[in-house]
Amino acid sequence: MKARWLKQWDLQLMVVPALLFVLLFSYVPMWGIVLSFQQYNLFKGVFHSPWVGLDNFKLFFNAPEFWQLMRNTVAISLLKFVTAFPAPIVLALLLNEIRSMAFKRFVQTVTYLPHFMSWVIVATFVTSLLSVDNGSLNILLQKLHAIGDPVNWLSIPEYFWAIIVSVGVWKEIGFAAIVYLAAIAGVDPALYESASMDGASRLRQMFAITIPCISPVIVIFLILAIGSILNAGFEDLLLLGKNPVLGSVANVIDTYVYRMGLKEAQRYSYATAAGLFQAVVNVILLVVANRTARRFGHSLW
Amino acid sequence: MRLSRTERTVQVVIYVLLTLLAFLTLYPFWNSLVISFNLGSDTSLGGITFWPRAFTWENYEVVLRDHRIAQAFVVSVARTVAGTALSILATAVFSYGMSKTELAGRKYYMIFCIVTLYFNGGLIPYFLLIHGLGMMNTFWVLIVPGAISIWNMIIFRTFFKEMPAGLEESAKIDGCGHFGTFFRIVLPLSGPVIASLSLFVAVNLWNDWFTATLFINNPKLVPIQSLLQEIMNANTVTEQLRSQGGSNFLDKIFQARTVTTKSLTMATMMVTTLPIIAVYPFVQRHFVKGVLVGSLKG
Repeated sequence: MKARWLKQWDLQLMVVPALLFVLLFSYVPMWGIVLSFQQYNLFKGVFHSPWVGLDNFKLFFNAPEFWQLMRNTVAISLLKFVTAFPAPIVLALLLNEIRSMAFKRFVQTVTYLPHFMSWVIVATFVTSLLSVDNGSLNILLQKLHAIGDPVNWLSIPEYFWAIIVSVGVWKEIGFAAIVYLAAIAGVDPALYESASMDGASRLRQMFAITIPCISPVIVIFLILAIGSILNAGFEDLLLLGKNPVLGSVANVIDTYVYRMGLKEAQRYSYATAAGLFQAVVNVILLVVANRTARRFGHSLW
Repeated sequence: MRLSRTERTVQVVIYVLLTLLAFLTLYPFWNSLVISFNLGSDTSLGGITFWPRAFTWENYEVVLRDHRIAQAFVVSVARTVAGTALSILATAVFSYGMSKTELAGRKYYMIFCIVTLYFNGGLIPYFLLIHGLGMMNTFWVLIVPGAISIWNMIIFRTFFKEMPAGLEESAKIDGCGHFGTFFRIVLPLSGPVIASLSLFVAVNLWNDWFTATLFINNPKLVPIQSLLQEIMNANTVTEQLRSQGGSNFLDKIFQARTVTTKSLTMATMMVTTLPIIAVYPFVQRHFVKGVLVGSLKG
């Protein structure tokens, strides 16, 4: 082993520095979760900070905002899941029905675009469109006489989830459809030919051929989506939920970790514990989802 | 093929839906562009949607003359160029090594890498690591942490594996080592995959604002996206610029009362988005190819 290693020293030299890099930037932070079991002190460091067992977790579970955080996290991610997951599939199916290649390509090109915009840009769009100061939504609704005075949409908790979810779909629908379009393109054309000979309508073909044929791809993405069910989003909530009025609906575990650990307080250990709780739940969900899928003949690994 | 009546109706509905989707996607860009070219004081009267009412270059003049915005733009360009070059080169070398079947320990190395795709330490330990490494408030924090990307390694590795072995063998016969073979033979033949991945890395670096929000206080090192995020918050803009002092941003606002925070935000945003919109039509196909390589082969 050692001799083989030495013999190929130049090959090893290509990978070992990168592996050390991964060790430093990925594994050291993983090991850093031990500080959720400590009362971490920046000056004492991980090695000299006192151990407190599960105190940080107890504190988090008993925090007055815990249930609100859980509700928001689960509600937002579920809402995102039921909209953002099927939306690109529907888009791909609709695009597949288009015969004009130019129109199809135009729609695709346009709908990919938002994926390449940062959340800062998207949040600026949304803030501008929904603002009282020349916001297009207010202009439209006033023209339709649906509202009297302009509404400050981003300061009303009842609308926040709907806004976040719609923006998420808007940003990713086109890009997420790429994979499904590729899967549809891979369906054997002979299946369609024989179906239309049997007199099946386009709609019938969609349900009887296209959807079953792309279901393996759908299932893989379904498992991945379930594995991140507690990831309600971070940048979008941070940027669009800035108004303190929205706190009761916009605070999720991820943003809470950021606020408690870095932005508003330096409760490093406490915030790490909250983040670890979320990570553990995610891993459990991923494993359960994959087990269930395996029973039906699909699996991620 | 002849369509039945219902099928024709369905076709029309689909065309209408997709046109609506395309419109909804483009409208925010267009509306922002229009506002950025409209007199700020006029915009606040409302009613600006598809076309400017009082056309002006003023917003752009203010934005382009502002030192902070110019500086932030330079930081973003430098960060994107340096970060992309570093990431692609480091990851490509790494992937080439990983693609060789004779590499001792290859299987363990791969598991070591894959684990990081599923688990990470979270925000706080990462923050403390960067802090501990003394990378706070340095340019390095903007480029170094992304130097090795495991996803890109997997894509590169797949590409290198599919290369004809004969090329490399002939290089070896000519006395090239692994590094020589990689730089002289493999890398020049990897144009397409390098192009695709570079575009992804570059877009991500250009768009990333959170890294600087976390790790950078020095106004000279703030990238444009993070600055835009600061400007976006209309309440903080005045405070922040005032507390930093010496900015001509505020002075301009008071000199020319026709400029508003909203019109400036829109102009800054257009400047920030321009690089991506400008390259987008050319690179779109590369992007799509990259996604498919990543998701189907990876």
